[in-house]
Amino acid sequence: MKYMLMMNTPRGGDYGINTWPKKDIEAHIGFMISFAKKLGAAGELVGAEGLASPAEAKVVRAGANGKPITDGVFAESKEFLAGFWIVEVPNAQRAYEIAAEASAAPGIGGKPLNLGIEVREVPSGPPR
Amino acid sequence: MSDAPVAGRIEQLLRDLAPQVLGAVARRHRDFAASEDAVQEALIAAADQWPRDGVPDNPRGWLLQVALRRMTDHIRSEIARRDREKVVADDTPIVVAPALYSEPQMDPHDTLVLLFMCCHPALSPASAIALTLRAVGGLTTGEIANAFLVPEPTMAQRISRAKQSVKASDVAFEMPEAEERAPRVASVLHVLYLVFNEGYTTSSGPSLHRTDLSNEAIRLTRLVHQLLPDDTEVAGLLALMLLTDARRAARTGVSGEIIPLDEQDRSLWDRDAIAEGVALVTGALPRGPVGEYQLQAAIAAVHDEAASADATDWPQILALYDVLKRMTDNPMIALNHAVATAMVSGPRAGLELLAPLDADERVRNHHRLYAVRAHLLERAGQPDAAIALYNAAADKTSSIPERNYLLLRAARLRDQYHSGTSISSGTAWRE
Repeated sequence: MKYMLMMNTPRGGDYGINTWPKKDIEAHIGFMISFAKKLGAAGELVGAEGLASPAEAKVVRAGANGKPITDGVFAESKEFLAGFWIVEVPNAQRAYEIAAEASAAPGIGGKPLNLGIEVREVPSGPPR
Repeated sequence: MSDAPVAGRIEQLLRDLAPQVLGAVARRHRDFAASEDAVQEALIAAADQWPRDGVPDNPRGWLLQVALRRMTDHIRSEIARRDREKVVADDTPIVVAPALYSEPQMDPHDTLVLLFMCCHPALSPASAIALTLRAVGGLTTGEIANAFLVPEPTMAQRISRAKQSVKASDVAFEMPEAEERAPRVASVLHVLYLVFNEGYTTSSGPSLHRTDLSNEAIRLTRLVHQLLPDDTEVAGLLALMLLTDARRAARTGVSGEIIPLDEQDRSLWDRDAIAEGVALVTGALPRGPVGEYQLQAAIAAVHDEAASADATDWPQILALYDVLKRMTDNPMIALNHAVATAMVSGPRAGLELLAPLDADERVRNHHRLYAVRAHLLERAGQPDAAIALYNAAADKTSSIPERNYLLLRAARLRDQYHSGTSISSGTAWRE
């Protein structure tokens, strides 16, 4: 079964990595890299992406003529999606375990961030 | 019972032969798309059979025969289809000549013609790259998809669209006229340069495949150099790739983090590649005409020949950028020219040269401009401004290792001076 694990990051404060000491950023990067390596080696990682800063994010709708109408930037939103993993695991329980591990990524002073990770199943379609 | 060295040798052989066989089939049949499919099928059959049954005495003839047989099958089924649909007038001759079974002559120029066709300016860069890697590089669709981190059906579509563009643009399978040659060679070199950069600049994702892409670009450029030994820009591009790729082992750390040129362990640089690159560019420069690839290669050679970062001959590099800047309006060259100026005359002189780039739409908002300005401000003793710009650059880059590098660069300064706040999103996600 496939699950998407979405890491939502509160804006600013202790979560703004741009304000952390160098060694804490290094520890955080090190954690993310070895986490992805471990999932990859276990054959559980389908894909993962970190997203660019929400500073440039836009919301797009089609206008009456089908042309894009863009809205944003959304500097005021409290949380933003920082990135996601897609994992292939035998059951939801295992996806939750992986999400908990990601949630405990180290922040300032190596303290776990305990970020909220939204876990959603990715239903499988017919074979292509 | 897979024998890795044998399998590797066979793969190499197949990829060397692929463009020659495709060239011969396409020259005979004129239908490039169908010829390309036929040759791919022959390559797949060979990759399956040769490791098991041994390589045939005449491997090229074997591939050619199989590909031609596939072409015949294809034409027969086309005829059958047309008969069924009865849309073709009876007098339209479709020849399935017995001559198909005789081996067409091999023409050493076929590979070159193939390259000219795959890199035709009528194709978009993405199409040209995909087609070149498959038709000339002999890579499978799956391998190309892997290299570009896209799903295989996506890449299959891209290749199929590229073939349709070739068909629609009526690009003939023939050597371009003499006066058309130079711009066509330039298109080929541009595509190969893009392939190389794709492999070189990305160290995120499955980096092994990306490395393969750089190797493939070098292999294909070497092939073009063999076909056009007197073209100094071809030699220049090959030299540039070798001199850049020589630093590969030193440019990333254990966790894939970027190590800048001045902090690299130079004992890890590939001395053989440097020697070959230096020989190529020093051989090409005096023969002229001097072009952008040769100048960039000459600059890379100056870096590669310096025993340490401090020993770098910056006045020489600046002189080369002076010439390069006059030849092109590429803003990235202007950016590097400013860096070289700063190394020779101090950070303020470099910063002054950056000012006009703020008005250039192509780089105004580019992370490189932010990063270079941050670096020069750091050297000029303005840490707060540098921190803000490093962070802004980190927000703008789409490469994760680069973002991590820029974030850490800012953090190092912040640790020293205690200041600066802003917000960024996720960091290293893939290995």
